[in-house]
Amino acid sequence: MIRAVGEHGLLVETGSLELSHRLDAALRADRPAGVVEIVAGPRTVLIVAPRANHGRLRAHLAGVIAQERDKGDATSADAAVMTIPVVYDGADLESVAALAGISVDEVVSRHAAQELVVGWLGFAPGFAYLTGLDPVLETPRLDTPRTSVPAGSVAVAGPYSAVYPSASPGGWRLIGRTSVRVWDVTADPPSLFRPGVRVRFQPA
Amino acid sequence: MIEVLAAGPYATVQDLGRPGLAHLGVPRSGAADAPSLRLANRLLGNPEGLAGIELTFGMARLLFHDGAWVALAGAPVDSAAGMGAPFWVAKGRELRLGMPEWGLRTYVAVRGGIAVEPVLGSRSTDSLSGLGPEPLRAGTLLPVGRPEGVISVDLAPPPGPRPAVLRVTPGPRDDWFVPDALAGLCARPYSVSQDSNRVGVRLSGAELVRAKEGELPSEGMVTGAIQVPPSGQPIVFLADHPPTGGYPVIGVVREADLPVAAQLRPGDEVRFTVRPAR
Repeated sequence: MIRAVGEHGLLVETGSLELSHRLDAALRADRPAGVVEIVAGPRTVLIVAPRANHGRLRAHLAGVIAQERDKGDATSADAAVMTIPVVYDGADLESVAALAGISVDEVVSRHAAQELVVGWLGFAPGFAYLTGLDPVLETPRLDTPRTSVPAGSVAVAGPYSAVYPSASPGGWRLIGRTSVRVWDVTADPPSLFRPGVRVRFQPA
Repeated sequence: MIEVLAAGPYATVQDLGRPGLAHLGVPRSGAADAPSLRLANRLLGNPEGLAGIELTFGMARLLFHDGAWVALAGAPVDSAAGMGAPFWVAKGRELRLGMPEWGLRTYVAVRGGIAVEPVLGSRSTDSLSGLGPEPLRAGTLLPVGRPEGVISVDLAPPPGPRPAVLRVTPGPRDDWFVPDALAGLCARPYSVSQDSNRVGVRLSGAELVRAKEGELPSEGMVTGAIQVPPSGQPIVFLADHPPTGGYPVIGVVREADLPVAAQLRPGDEVRFTVRPAR
């Protein structure tokens, strides 16, 4: 289903993160005329095309969706995996271990064992919601968010993990830090992460 | 160079923002009332997208270290110069701007544009993410760019206040609300709340009642989206809105009415009217 979002937006209901990523990748690789924004979400892709012919765009999108749906699961597996070295010494490492009922060492090994996928970005520039976290590590956000979390902090909250791209307030539980700059406004693109990128954390 | 002697309640540098980066979590940002910034630039022979100053509730004092052509658009402020026509500010002179007679945001364009360092291709201050230059304060020095082209327009009659009516295209999530919610949105005026800002116009009035419980997975947001948090009180997204959000959007304000939304002051009343999607 494709829903109108005001005069310029079309919201494609993909129903899955996987299809959102494939549609996002296909539209970026062969961007239809007039498209300004392509924003993948966990169940949707928003396309903003202010000067485009939306009738034609809808027909084109329907074709791309059908094509991507038929491809099966083969496409994203061949994409490269980004490795992020982590020093696991976060302030909330012990509380995450206690909430999960496991040792600190096991938190580290479980966090680093799973391959995560960038679901979508939001909250702050370069802030990626990494999906595929080991369910044992799912923990609620802090009751009181920190007023400042340093850039490079590696954190978990709910079913997600994240790397804080820049210093900001934050309520996620900090388990470590990385020296990798995931966000740099002088770089092109400024973000290491974009929807669909596969990530593996590695104890440094 | 322009020296800010007083910035008023809130003033920032704005151009037309950072389109195309929403998928990286970067808001579009840019002038909240973009047509007014474009007009002020056109009056000076500037390209429409050059950066100017966006004042909130006026009350600014700007010292010109060099002479410059200046134009004002948007909310009309009390000044010696007047709105909608280019005027010359001599070297060493101060430009004093009072409170707007109506509206909220006034644009000060300078021939050559404000030439602060761009970030990700834009000189806009993004109040949500902190990208771009710091908001102006007393002592901020603003470089001015090199003028190009000629001043070819000499006057644009300043418009009066427009009726505070926002035309709405329903959706994409109007089906998350009870069937008469859109009618309820349009039935009575809403009042603009004090905590409105460049992210959005927060409104108080009739509660918009949800039909669906549970969480909407986060999805892409557009400027003009009327997002409805659990309180049932709508928020109209402006330039610095988050690129994704998890509250359902009952409708989207038409692009032509975004400047009306951007000029709403706390305490103003505003009405909605439904304009179906084509």
